[in-house]
Amino acid sequence: MTRKRYTQAINEALHEEMGRDPKTILFGEDVALAVFGDTRGLLDRFGPDRVRNTPICEATIAGMAVGAAAAGYRVIIHMLFSNFIYTGFDAIANQMAKLRLMTGGQIDLPITVLAVYGGGASQAAQHSDSNHPVLMNLGGIDVLVPATPGDAKGMLKTAIRNNRPSFFLQASGLGAVGGDVPDGEHLVPLGKASVAREGRDVTLVNVGSMIRATQNAAKKLAEAGIEAEIVDVRSLVPLDETTIVESVQRTGRLVVIDEARDMCSAASQIAAVVADKGFSALRAPIRRVTVNNVSMPYAPNAEAAIFPNADDIVRAATALCQPEVAAA
Amino acid sequence: MASEAVTKGQAGPWADEQIELLERMLLIRHAEARLAQTAKDVGLPGGVHLSIGQEASAVGVCSCLDVDDWMTSTHRGHGHFLAKGGEVDSMFAEIWGKSSGICKGMGGSMHVADFSRGIIGANGIVGGGLAIATGAALAAQLDGKGRAAVCFFGDGAANQGVFMESMNVSSIWKLPTIFVCENNGLSEFTVSSTVTAGKLSDRARAFGMPVEVVDGNDVRAVRSAAKAAVERCRRGEGPSYIETVTYRIHGHLEAEDLILAGGSYRTAAEIDAWRAEDRDPVSRFRALLAEEGICGADRFAELDQRAKEKVDAAVTFAEAGEPADTKLVFELMFVEPKA
Repeated sequence: MTRKRYTQAINEALHEEMGRDPKTILFGEDVALAVFGDTRGLLDRFGPDRVRNTPICEATIAGMAVGAAAAGYRVIIHMLFSNFIYTGFDAIANQMAKLRLMTGGQIDLPITVLAVYGGGASQAAQHSDSNHPVLMNLGGIDVLVPATPGDAKGMLKTAIRNNRPSFFLQASGLGAVGGDVPDGEHLVPLGKASVAREGRDVTLVNVGSMIRATQNAAKKLAEAGIEAEIVDVRSLVPLDETTIVESVQRTGRLVVIDEARDMCSAASQIAAVVADKGFSALRAPIRRVTVNNVSMPYAPNAEAAIFPNADDIVRAATALCQPEVAAA
Repeated sequence: MASEAVTKGQAGPWADEQIELLERMLLIRHAEARLAQTAKDVGLPGGVHLSIGQEASAVGVCSCLDVDDWMTSTHRGHGHFLAKGGEVDSMFAEIWGKSSGICKGMGGSMHVADFSRGIIGANGIVGGGLAIATGAALAAQLDGKGRAAVCFFGDGAANQGVFMESMNVSSIWKLPTIFVCENNGLSEFTVSSTVTAGKLSDRARAFGMPVEVVDGNDVRAVRSAAKAAVERCRRGEGPSYIETVTYRIHGHLEAEDLILAGGSYRTAAEIDAWRAEDRDPVSRFRALLAEEGICGADRFAELDQRAKEKVDAAVTFAEAGEPADTKLVFELMFVEPKA
């Protein structure tokens, strides 16, 4: 086990997987200089055939990923900010998500799309979306939101290696955050949530970028006598419904924390699953801590007001626990 | 003037090749005429977009390709599929929505694909194949085996931004992409000239690739342009643009009259002009081969009959097929069926 930063863990995964399979190629905007640090050193090591800077043309980057994968390559593309997915969306939603079905399974599409998502750094509305719900709704595409360096490395390696199209979404606020990463070959299965903290009173389901706020909230809640269980969802498609529902069966209460806009967020889906499959265990309504249905503003104070934080989570969880807390 | 056939011979490999071109065009024509008839008589499950009148473009280009060259097609893709060697049986079964279809009934008319023949597939999105073909061309370049990737698209698709993007990438990376713009003058239900600035071929010129604008109803002219483009790909010299000027005789799709409810974007006289024997790609080539002594009336009747029989057999095959397997949808999309 070695302590590494989130970005460094991603960089290692890319180096290892490109080293492992010579048919793995990577292209996208500014991958040579690695503006986020994640693709650093790949061009020098693997050369300009396999690592290419593209023009700024997301529609073609995403479409080429489909064509090159259909023609036998294992493809990694970098979309930079996840907002830029929108300019490449035909190739993602109409081609990448559907080609395997439409061809009756004649091909696999081993494609991994890297993109950095989320706000919190005054990047303003067009560089701050948490747009995983848009991708979750497509069907046929894995949506991964690792929250720790260890999971980032292990899940990225699994995603590159399997034959499914996947979006590996990197939380913009987590890039410099450190964490333990197992040494040697480290693969994390997809579609498995992890219980990051055990607790008896309330389940906090974290979606990707909100992990620190969720952890801080759990600490504050503990100080107030409420023991929160944190389920880090890790992967939204496939979604580990079992781990989430089982946790709620233990605690009877659920708060889902998601940086997406509230409407049709990942939190909405998780709430629906628990309402459907864990209804009898619920002792209180389900709460979602999300972003209002607004775009992220620029000004630091305005963004902070919109951005979900630990206090929002504490408030939501405390309200759910109120009768018992009062009785105790 | 000595006809080409005199120098190339009325028999032998060259003449055989001409017969093959004619046969392929006849198969496409009869297949699509049958689809039109079936759509009218009993209906087909989804939208059917026919390329009747554009056969020379598909056949001329695809006759220059090897089985492992890549090809992306359009929503009007039956001709491309058959021209690249796809089977009419499995294509019909697909359109009929059967398990025996080339895509097991999961794609239908707009998505016929056969990867074993380099057919990446038709595409329901106008311009959807441009970047995919460019990606296949990147794969071909990395493979280093001299493969080409042909992208068929229409003049309607040339107004999509991805057209410029994919030409740019193909050009800067010298990818073996062949952009084949089938210019039929129509963008779905809109006359292209009313929505298009400048000449499409100038757009390709701007990216520094060779440009050929040919009579798209002349299969030899198309073939000769395609041959040069394919050879360029094989030599690793980069992309080419070919514009085949043609016309679609049928509507944007077979239900067009119903959709337009009496409205129209073209005149009957315009359609008739393109349908004329001296303009229609199939009858033109038939007349040329007769004149050159390569294919007389009897031989033609025989070829025509054979194409019709293949189409009849394909209908029988399609009708006999099992319905599509619903379970496959979940399997192919990695999803557990909802309990």
